Amino acid sequence: MIVRVQAEDFDPEQEAQALAVTGAGARVSFVGTVRDFNATARVTALEIEHYPRMTEAELTRVAHEAQRTWGLLDVLVVHRYGRLHAGDRIVLVVTWALHRKAAFRGCEEIIDVLKTRAPFWKKEITGDGDIWIEGETPQT
Amino acid sequence: MVTVRCFASVREALGLSLCTYALERPMSAEAVLAAVAGERLSTLPTRPLVAINMQHGRLESLVHDGDELAFFPPVSGG
Repeated sequence: MIVRVQAEDFDPEQEAQALAVTGAGARVSFVGTVRDFNATARVTALEIEHYPRMTEAELTRVAHEAQRTWGLLDVLVVHRYGRLHAGDRIVLVVTWALHRKAAFRGCEEIIDVLKTRAPFWKKEITGDGDIWIEGETPQT
Repeated sequence: MVTVRCFASVREALGLSLCTYALERPMSAEAVLAAVAGERLSTLPTRPLVAINMQHGRLESLVHDGDELAFFPPVSGG
């Protein structure tokens, strides 16, 4: 398993190849990117802040939970922070499993749970001022 | 002594990123927040979330010497 938080961009295929998982019948990749719109103003950039060390710990917990639930052979999560622009990649989740259903469901669960638990906060930088994006309350 | 960190809109509202606080008695996370925020506590639009030692916790939880507390708004990653 690889869980990484970084400012730099990533190459989804290169990242997935680096894990060299054998025996999988399915690999599912999810890449989240920066939208270029919101409800009120045009977004020129996105500033992502995080809580170093807790972010990695929480992402690892989320990945382990999904691995146990879906019997995933391996998991890769890369999440970026810092200033990003429309179209930039933000997050990569890759799951490997014996069969497609587990790979799909595991990948979906990781990205869904990550959005409610990993300590990241997004601020939209717009021509009309900066706006914190309203987040999702973690389940405690 | 506990370490207190604030993130995102909570950090901006309180003007506080990182500080320490000497615990003189057992206190809840919320009481520590009130102590370090002072008058600026009222600038928070809602009660923040808390992490205790890098795990999501509750504001009502008692904190102990050496703990690291973090206060922040709901998360918005992904």
